[in-house]
Amino acid sequence: MTETATAPQIEDPVLHDKGVVSHQTSTGVSNEKLAMWVFLGSDCLLFGGLISTYLLLRHRVPPGHGPTPSHQFFDIPFTSVSSFVLLFSSLTMALAVGAIHRGDLRRCRTFLMTTALLGSVFIAGQVYEFTAFVKEGLGYTTNIFGSAFYTLTGFHGVHVSVGIIFLLSLVVMSLRGKLSGDKAETVEIFGLYWHFVDVVWILIFTIVYLIP
Amino acid sequence: MSTSSTTGTTGGSGSEYAGEVPHADHEAHQHRHPTDATYIKVALILAALTALEVGTYFLDDASTTTLVVLLFPMMIIKFAVVCLWFMHLRFDNPIFKRIFVFGLMLAVVVYCIALTSMQFWSSSYGS
Repeated sequence: MTETATAPQIEDPVLHDKGVVSHQTSTGVSNEKLAMWVFLGSDCLLFGGLISTYLLLRHRVPPGHGPTPSHQFFDIPFTSVSSFVLLFSSLTMALAVGAIHRGDLRRCRTFLMTTALLGSVFIAGQVYEFTAFVKEGLGYTTNIFGSAFYTLTGFHGVHVSVGIIFLLSLVVMSLRGKLSGDKAETVEIFGLYWHFVDVVWILIFTIVYLIP
Repeated sequence: MSTSSTTGTTGGSGSEYAGEVPHADHEAHQHRHPTDATYIKVALILAALTALEVGTYFLDDASTTTLVVLLFPMMIIKFAVVCLWFMHLRFDNPIFKRIFVFGLMLAVVVYCIALTSMQFWSSSYGS
């Protein structure tokens, strides 16, 4: 999959007339984008392991050893708002990708900043939620449910936090003029990561919160 | 090692798709991006599904089986919609879809086997 001058370049006459240049790779697709999809495919295994572990351990709490998962324990209305915030951030990310593909850098930057802001609101909500749970007596080592819960949701939170850092990096790049229309794929590849984070939350919200 | 990324704006204003970013594979596959209006419609559908999911919280005396039957299809639809539209799997080169689905299916199979070996599906599990 190396990009070399000798790699076959398949040109479609119609696309060529539209000013389209091929990806000069042996697969015909961008190496960076391919790498991101491979990473996301492997990340499915990470979160699959964490979700399975949570499912196996959540009801293994001996009586009198702290809270157990229930609708009374989780604050579903609050978490629902967080879910809508993350969902909306996926929309703004998609709009940012669309804007950069049209060469509208200013609009792209605005949507990237909005996405970062919404991601930060989600993380703030998670910190608040964790704090509330600790006050209710569920620490990381209180019981096996707490360990599994914090590990799963914490890993997701770390993914969101890393995403926010990347988003802010893209905004800084655009402000310095290093993110022009021909770098649209960079934004698109990061968008894949952000949408994946949203997809994982769709699973967590249903499995952890709504089906306790 | 930079890839020669391409952009081209050829979509019409009345079209569902704007901006064509083709990838020259052997099928001269074209990568079309949905318009902003399409993204907003997709987001509204996702929001409606999320609202329905949250609505199950207010169902009194709903058993776990009922919740699973109601929530899992909605969860899967939301998952698929985000992957197909927001992540462009519907429009992009099929190789990306194959890679992601392979990872996803591998995870599902491996962890279903793990859960089965731990007798997770037994009605007495956890009691």
